[in-house]
Amino acid sequence: MSPNHDLKAAIEALLFVADRPLNIKKIKKILKKWSIKDIQRTIEILRQDYQSPERGIELVEVAGGFRLQTKANFRSYILSLKQKPPFRLSRSALETLAIIAYRQPIARKEIESIKGVDVSMSLKTLLKLKLIKPAGRKKGSSAFLYVTTPYFLEVFGLKDLSELPPLTDFSDEI
Amino acid sequence: MESLKVKLEFFEGPLDLLLHLVKKHQVDIYNIPMALITEQYLSYLRFMKSLNIDIASEYLLMAATLVHIKSRMLLASPQEEDPREEITQVLLDYMKVKDMAEVLEKREILHRDVFVRYGIEEVIGEETFIFPTAFDLLDAFKQVIETARVSDIVPKEIEVIHVEDKMKEILNVLQNEPEILFERLFDEATTKAEMIATFLAILYMAKEGIIILYQISPMAPIHIKRVRAPLRKPHLELI
Repeated sequence: MSPNHDLKAAIEALLFVADRPLNIKKIKKILKKWSIKDIQRTIEILRQDYQSPERGIELVEVAGGFRLQTKANFRSYILSLKQKPPFRLSRSALETLAIIAYRQPIARKEIESIKGVDVSMSLKTLLKLKLIKPAGRKKGSSAFLYVTTPYFLEVFGLKDLSELPPLTDFSDEI
Repeated sequence: MESLKVKLEFFEGPLDLLLHLVKKHQVDIYNIPMALITEQYLSYLRFMKSLNIDIASEYLLMAATLVHIKSRMLLASPQEEDPREEITQVLLDYMKVKDMAEVLEKREILHRDVFVRYGIEEVIGEETFIFPTAFDLLDAFKQVIETARVSDIVPKEIEVIHVEDKMKEILNVLQNEPEILFERLFDEATTKAEMIATFLAILYMAKEGIIILYQISPMAPIHIKRVRAPLRKPHLELI
């Protein structure tokens, strides 16, 4: 067996049990005898292997690390196995989260002036779900500023915030 | 008869209603026909009021703003700034929010579309299951009432209808069928009062997470599905 096969198997094993996306640094710390370059290359090979339609799981890069997840087309099977309702956000919580994601850091008042309604319930939910967190206060005021968490990136499958898709320009459309 | 007071916590606010009306009437957002939109907006508030739904102050504030703009337009000279501008900008900003939310909604979401081995015991998502907005529901209900051939004659004896009984009826229906179309639940109703009670029962059950309301696309019919194990025991606090 070539050393590359060993590395591939080791990375797969680590990703299988990891309870968070694993970043390269962490993998390197555990698999000392291989170089970062080798690890990167092997992750890419592994990623391509999983893309085969014969595989039910895939390797994705999220929140600055790598994780194994089931492919989206098996969603309904997984849900019947779990017998649990899927992740859901109410529309108002989702809108509040979207405003924070695109405009962070942002204070509650500013969110409310855009949405035209009180958002304290939404903020409470988002904080409880650890999708957002307070990050300091607004200059010269006691109002908290909110930002998204790394867990937000995990849930929405984003590598980082710059991966948030650009918005439609409505001024041309209407 | 005592009136039923129902507070709806999942209303999304006056801007949502306004945008709903703008889309429904395919109105040019840069040239909003104030008379039409104001009238439609107020008729919605009246409709909510007729169901004894508490109208949040934000809705009334928006109503006042609309009426104010409408009156200013009658007085404004052409050189002056278009009084509608304030509402146009607010609506455009709100549309952007809707777009941002849609962008997030469309992603492959963890614990919804894709799954990992960890995090199974974590809290995942909210305990509400409302897919259509309250306005979609009101629209659907309006349609049901308008197409139903129920008599307007007030019966000699006023029959007391309990929302709780309606909830039991709905649960019975869902025992036999795992899911059903929203309007089917009104098939047996013979009076408007009964229909309103059924509608309130649906709202309560959705709010309590006993049933899930969903649509396949925004204008599609609303389906109702029973949740196997409701998270909380249903309880009613009708004043």
